[in-house]
Amino acid sequence: MLTIAGRKFRSRLFGGTGKFSSPEVMKEALAASGCEMVTVALRRIDLNNPADDIMRVLDRDRYLFLPNTSGARDAGEAIRLARLARASGGGEWLKLEVTPDPRTLLPDPIETLKATEELAKEGFKVLPYMNADPILALRLQDAGAVAVMPLGSPIGTNQGVLTRFQIEIIIAQARVPVIVDAGLGAPSHVAEAMEMGADAVLVNTAIAVAGDPVRMARAFAMAVEAGRIAYEAGLGTVSKDAAPSSPEDGLGFLR
Amino acid sequence: MKVLCNGKAQEIAPGTRVADCLRELGLEASSVVVECDGKILTREEYGSHVLQDGSVLELIRFVGGG
Repeated sequence: MLTIAGRKFRSRLFGGTGKFSSPEVMKEALAASGCEMVTVALRRIDLNNPADDIMRVLDRDRYLFLPNTSGARDAGEAIRLARLARASGGGEWLKLEVTPDPRTLLPDPIETLKATEELAKEGFKVLPYMNADPILALRLQDAGAVAVMPLGSPIGTNQGVLTRFQIEIIIAQARVPVIVDAGLGAPSHVAEAMEMGADAVLVNTAIAVAGDPVRMARAFAMAVEAGRIAYEAGLGTVSKDAAPSSPEDGLGFLR
Repeated sequence: MKVLCNGKAQEIAPGTRVADCLRELGLEASSVVVECDGKILTREEYGSHVLQDGSVLELIRFVGGG
């Protein structure tokens, strides 16, 4: 079973709560995904629509909240959002995101490391969103991150695991769980990440914007499970040379 | 007197507390986190914190996100 910062998770699929067409669809899709941890963001309240509150539909007994710091462009902004999240009753868990470039939404490694150091000291359980950089993963883990979240491809792009080589190294080296996050657009993408030995994956966009988010959530859950079982069962070696699956002996009668 | 609430100027009566302000806006205190002049208030402080002329108030809550 997956353990992060002493907490056990039966499901290795983590969900997001953004981009769903309605709170009801979100609720049903999250239930179908079987996930136990969901991300949420923090924003100014729309004072023209004060009743619009996602917390009315999310069961806090069922899901562990993982507030994110999306929108932060530097460590200072991320730390401010983290403290607001904790004051909102979001608990100590935090998906740290520092993305200064709105075009790529790629994370700033230096600001992410700075914020991880500070927030870990303040008692947060920090899960930093990071580029798939094996050295950075080690630095973040040393700074107190309880897991690392390398990207498969940029946020919301559905491009899958473009960073395979680096993520393999991160998985081989990290002492903390590795959660592949961002860009996982199809069940086959999460199956690939799980077959590689990722501890978990986080999926939001691909489920939220699917034609049928509830069925897609189920497909992702099955792919995560299949990938994990395949990893545990032990995949065969990849080879350039063909090797027959049928016996090479016993063909004497043919020639 | 005036305060800046989520970026918009609002007229409020002197002596208004954060809790009064939330009630007027139709907001449940339990669903809001309040930052006043850069300082995060605890929920216990909502009933006692008196807004000053020119106070900058940020009313934040959880929304969907990934």
